[in-house]
Amino acid sequence: MRPILMKGHERPLTFLKYNREGDLLFSCAKDHTPTVWFADNGERLGTYRGHNGAVWCCDVSRDSMCLITGSADQTAKLWNVQTGSQLFTFNFDSPTRSVDFSIGDRLCVITTDPFMELPSSIHVKHIAGDPSEQTGESVLTIKGPQGRINRAVWGPLNRTIISAGEDAVVRIWDSETGKLLKESNKETGHQKTVTSLAKSVDGSHFLTGSLDKSAKLWDSRTLTLIKTYVTERPVNAVAMSPLLDHVVLGGGQDASHVTTTDRRAGKFEAKFFHKILQEEIGGVKGHFGPINALAFNPDGRSFASGGEDGYVRLHHFDSDYFNIKL
Amino acid sequence: MATAMDRPVSYNAPQSNKVRWGELDEDDGEDLDFLLPPRMVIGPDENGVKKVIEYKFNEDGNKVKITTTTRTRKLAKARLSKRALERRAWPKFGDAVHEEVGSRLTMVSTEEIILERPRAPGSKAEESKAAGDPLAQLGKGGAGAVLMVCRTCGKKGDHWTSRCPYKDLAAPSEGFVDKPASETTAPASGTTKGAYVPPGMRGGAAERGSAPDRRRNEENSVRVTNLSEDTREPDLLELFRTFGPVSRVYVAVDQKTSVSRGFGFVNFVNKDDAERAINKLNGYGYDNLILRVEWATPRAN
Repeated sequence: MRPILMKGHERPLTFLKYNREGDLLFSCAKDHTPTVWFADNGERLGTYRGHNGAVWCCDVSRDSMCLITGSADQTAKLWNVQTGSQLFTFNFDSPTRSVDFSIGDRLCVITTDPFMELPSSIHVKHIAGDPSEQTGESVLTIKGPQGRINRAVWGPLNRTIISAGEDAVVRIWDSETGKLLKESNKETGHQKTVTSLAKSVDGSHFLTGSLDKSAKLWDSRTLTLIKTYVTERPVNAVAMSPLLDHVVLGGGQDASHVTTTDRRAGKFEAKFFHKILQEEIGGVKGHFGPINALAFNPDGRSFASGGEDGYVRLHHFDSDYFNIKL
Repeated sequence: MATAMDRPVSYNAPQSNKVRWGELDEDDGEDLDFLLPPRMVIGPDENGVKKVIEYKFNEDGNKVKITTTTRTRKLAKARLSKRALERRAWPKFGDAVHEEVGSRLTMVSTEEIILERPRAPGSKAEESKAAGDPLAQLGKGGAGAVLMVCRTCGKKGDHWTSRCPYKDLAAPSEGFVDKPASETTAPASGTTKGAYVPPGMRGGAAERGSAPDRRRNEENSVRVTNLSEDTREPDLLELFRTFGPVSRVYVAVDQKTSVSRGFGFVNFVNKDDAERAINKLNGYGYDNLILRVEWATPRAN
């Protein structure tokens, strides 16, 4: 395949997200402007100007009309996807790290980093149907985990919130009361910071990637460890194919060590694993730095990777990808 | 819906020369088109073949009939939702509005990127066989230990050459005749007294060196050609083990594309078995191809 290279960002990529139909690709980077691209040919549709810090995460509503972004400028912003205009700004006292719309787009979970002696926290916000009625009040605030919470997403039926972060523990919270329901086991769970978390299409299971050079597949309801994928690089990003039983892990040597080594030694490929057999299927090379973000097109026929090198690479699979035999 | 045009088949056929230069006014050269029959479009028929028949004047003023035959094929059914199509028409916004023409934000990679398989497909089975099986068989004893033949004492299925208990008694192998047999067991530092000794000359190198020797052992080696691309080492082993104990199976795989190159080698423990295999399997239809099985000729060097 010949990937499409998109050089819209001047700083490392942080997050990638497809909309539901898979025709738009949203990219966030440490420069201040999230960008939206057409996912088929990589043409830039627009940028969302207004943040004043690195943008860590984004999510798009099911109808692809509303975008939420979380930034290190201590805000999360709602945007009109079509025009790029700001609809609302949630202000926080610390950088926001992750954002995720609930099923139905009426709620949003936002996590904030520990900052100036404030602990990290998970906020649940109500998203108004009409942006003019939007308020910044939190429906629920959860505190507790030590260190940064790198990702928080909604569990099945919006009943739970799944969070993971620097303390390497995956937690499931009650989204009504904020009570801690389940916690991953120290022995079987990750040993180092969990960097990324991706849900399956049906939400029944999710995948976490960690700096302990592994990715783990968990059941969303019971938090039982289903599978472990071991690789030889720290994992920064994970994605699951909606079409085939494949998972993709991206990562590589820490960016601060990269300059001293050969490109190949950095292990900057996106690695494909068989979801069930846990066997490596292959690697896709290309980035000149670690991969920070991965996203699978909802149709399963292409995927995008974003790297520390500032490039988004859009890969449309060749037909032989679909009949790989192990 | 994506369409693609097959190479248009066109031919020019001078049809008639009824109109002559002399009969025309010089200045109405462009207005002659009314003399031409109208453009005709035939099809597209059920195969997607469409014919367009046009007439025009060529440089010499001759009327020319041009038939263009094209075939339209559906390449893929792209299921674009209505909403997605709508979004396609959205105007650009933000920084994308005044994008410089030469900014080239989106480029198609000049490099062909392939999904690199971690190892050549099929070779994994052999790897694990080389690493796991012999050890397992060591434990099990003689049962099925067909792969293990000691080249020092010639005993089958009991131990590897390097672990031969009679190693010291046997004559040292040809490659290391200048070395006393006992030296192979002594550590390198003991014999060299600090001088640099290339790895190949160090004590213990004999053992290490013996591994590639064993691999390259060309005794009773059978070459199999015209293999289908799907044939892997386990398949070959299955095919050939019926004739007798097999010590090595190898299928050549292109390192870049990790596609089988269509030939391989099978080493038998016994020459008779190899001979029988050649007699039986040469010309044998395997997968969709006819195998060619023959004695492997040793390499030129």
